[in-house]
Amino acid sequence: MIKSFSLRLPVIAAAVTASLVAAGCGSSTSSPSGSGAAASAPGITSTQILVGSHQPLTGPAAPGYSEIAPAANAYFQYVNAHGGVNGRKIKYTYLDDGYDPAKTTSVVHQLVLQDNVFAIFNGLGTPTHLAVVKYLNSSKVPDLFIASGCDCWNNPTAFPYSFGWQLDYIREGKILGAYIKQHFPGKKIGYFYQNDEFGQDGVKGLDMEIPHSQVVSRQTYVPTNVNIGPAVAALKTAGAQVVVNFAIPAFNALFKLASLKLSYNPTLVASNVGTDPATLGTLLETYAKAGGATVNGNQLTQGIITDSYLPSLGSTGNSWIALFKKVHDSYDAKAPFDGNVLYGMAVAYAFVQAMLKAGKNPTRASVVKTIEGGLPQGASVAPYNYSMTDHGGTSGAYIGVIMNGVLVQQGPVWTTDTTPTGPVTAFSGSQPAAPASGMP
Amino acid sequence: MTLLRHLVAAVVAGAVIWAASVQLNAFRDFQMAEIAVYVVAIAGLSMLIGLSGQISLGHGAFMAVGAYTAALLMLHLNWPLWAVFPASAVVTAAAGAVVGLAAARLHGPYLAGATLMLAVALPSLAVQFPGVFGGDQGLSVTVTTPAALGATFPPTRWLAWVCSLAALITLVILANLARSKVGRDWRAIRDDPVAAALAGLNVARLRVLAFIVSAACAGLAGAMLAITTSLVSPGSFTLSLSIALLAGAVLGGLGTLIGALWGALVIVLVPTYVTDVATSHGFSGGVAANIPIAAYGVVLIVVMLLFPHGIQGGLRRLARLLLSTPPARLGSPGQRQPAGELTEDPNAPYRRPPVSEHQEEGTS
Repeated sequence: MIKSFSLRLPVIAAAVTASLVAAGCGSSTSSPSGSGAAASAPGITSTQILVGSHQPLTGPAAPGYSEIAPAANAYFQYVNAHGGVNGRKIKYTYLDDGYDPAKTTSVVHQLVLQDNVFAIFNGLGTPTHLAVVKYLNSSKVPDLFIASGCDCWNNPTAFPYSFGWQLDYIREGKILGAYIKQHFPGKKIGYFYQNDEFGQDGVKGLDMEIPHSQVVSRQTYVPTNVNIGPAVAALKTAGAQVVVNFAIPAFNALFKLASLKLSYNPTLVASNVGTDPATLGTLLETYAKAGGATVNGNQLTQGIITDSYLPSLGSTGNSWIALFKKVHDSYDAKAPFDGNVLYGMAVAYAFVQAMLKAGKNPTRASVVKTIEGGLPQGASVAPYNYSMTDHGGTSGAYIGVIMNGVLVQQGPVWTTDTTPTGPVTAFSGSQPAAPASGMP
Repeated sequence: MTLLRHLVAAVVAGAVIWAASVQLNAFRDFQMAEIAVYVVAIAGLSMLIGLSGQISLGHGAFMAVGAYTAALLMLHLNWPLWAVFPASAVVTAAAGAVVGLAAARLHGPYLAGATLMLAVALPSLAVQFPGVFGGDQGLSVTVTTPAALGATFPPTRWLAWVCSLAALITLVILANLARSKVGRDWRAIRDDPVAAALAGLNVARLRVLAFIVSAACAGLAGAMLAITTSLVSPGSFTLSLSIALLAGAVLGGLGTLIGALWGALVIVLVPTYVTDVATSHGFSGGVAANIPIAAYGVVLIVVMLLFPHGIQGGLRRLARLLLSTPPARLGSPGQRQPAGELTEDPNAPYRRPPVSEHQEEGTS
């Protein structure tokens, strides 16, 4: 035994090497063969565009968010069935990171180094994507339309290859804040927000609009602690008549139920991150049931004021909703047609817009240049801001009220910027209708 | 002599790793770095459980301590890697000493419970003090490849080298420690604390020492994880990490250093390989995402059924069967070996009741 020990380490090292080599051989077939003259960049062949993503398919963020990538893929399949992008089919490989930044690093390395993806598309989550944003930029891999409203992606100097897509939380805070300032003058206002960049950016925006003297209480929560009773009680004690929530759906539901228990019924204004009516209604019913009570989700969400940068799922006459419903029914019918699915398809549409605009022989650099040249307005109600100096994305949203489980638009679409002095102005243009072909 | 032999083995292993890192593609280099991280963490945990007989469900938290130490040192003081690694190990060892003091008074499920609490509570400190630890977003870590290697040198190969070197050094130290008087004392208190105490060993002090060594390994692994992931955030140090480390240690073979390598290989390679297979066979998203978790469970069950002493234990038995040598120094059934002289082999798994295995061997 002792004698063999000195030999063992090298033997094991050899075995490890062998297994790594074997694994490498096993999956090398998935790397593109580079056939044809049309292979203009890594991940692009004459017939295919390979894009990758990291998504929370399992783990704490999976409920709801795991619907996004399949929905985006459904739209890609629709595009592939209708001629593809300049004759190339989009292949979308999204890997599970379980919302764990260490796993995000691992899967993104795999996608970039082994699968040779052309770009990372719609990587989901702020802490997760922060783990890879530097790597992607130093490797010059396009990092398109990150699924997070953090303003941090909009930094063309540090992250020239990264682009946000959705309305960032500061703008959203400003738009909600401007509405509150106008409609609830003199009322006592309380904040209830997630204590990370999502809630803090949102509050930053709110504070740019709402006079500080009006804000009577600021309460925070962390997603790992569901005991929010004290926070709600503090808001009640402070006499807040309007409460602004920057919270994920689960904590909006908990907030609503906790305030019911305290017979506290403030006007609720909430970020669209947590107000998809279907998701919120279901959560309310589930949580109440677990607590031994029966509630009607639609009744409890009634009257919640929120905002949205995408058309309302309730407006069936809207050409975008009609298009995505059609795609959903053909390619993603198992999933409910809710806000997450709408989000996934809308962001996939933007990706196809960018790839089509980049021309017949796109390269990684040319796609970045193309997006910096601006994208035409798509499924978002407000135009995109993309330019050489702005990698943010959607510039505005409308205010809506939830009525009978459906978001109803109130007033115009508002646009603004992320500076404290930038005004919140009504968007004068109108959203173009979805193309009849469904292709950008 | 022992030291020399271990050093030679490490140098040979290092040469093989170097050759492999140059041959393999950049992603395999990255995986090599990941494997090295887990080897260090699991080796430390495996020593703790297999040699000193204590359990810890909180090693993920120790990794967090090491990772945050590394990130803070690199961010604020710009320390070089060669200083960051030992510093992280030392800081975490201090944390291990505190936990170890409490742990020495506990045993069995109580110790498991106490360390479990550590795994759950400690990472959330980062969220409580966002000013220092960056909250949920964590702290960003940048490692630059030395300019001397050239501009085209793959950064992941540098990671593989750094992490593998750290892992080899750790393994050499652990292998020597396991063979030293300390290692023998640990085995003695593991097998029979009362007898060990009667023989003059300070059981509590030895237990605390084991915790310190084990925590230092976890801290080093945390620092390695920090540079591999390039971000340190609470989301990376969930309870499931602690459980994965324990599973890796058990899978590989408790108390064996080579077993730590098998455990790390399973943890790193199985999910990637299974995901490749699952996606290439066109499973739908929801199913494909859960297949790696299921496969991991299957591997765990199969290994435990076939090799109750982990992969290394199984391999050793297989080798013994093939060479048909008599069972190594296990003593006859029912006879208790004198503590301290049980095995000089640091790779011996934790065989509490040697009776059953011996009988099995006898029938074959």
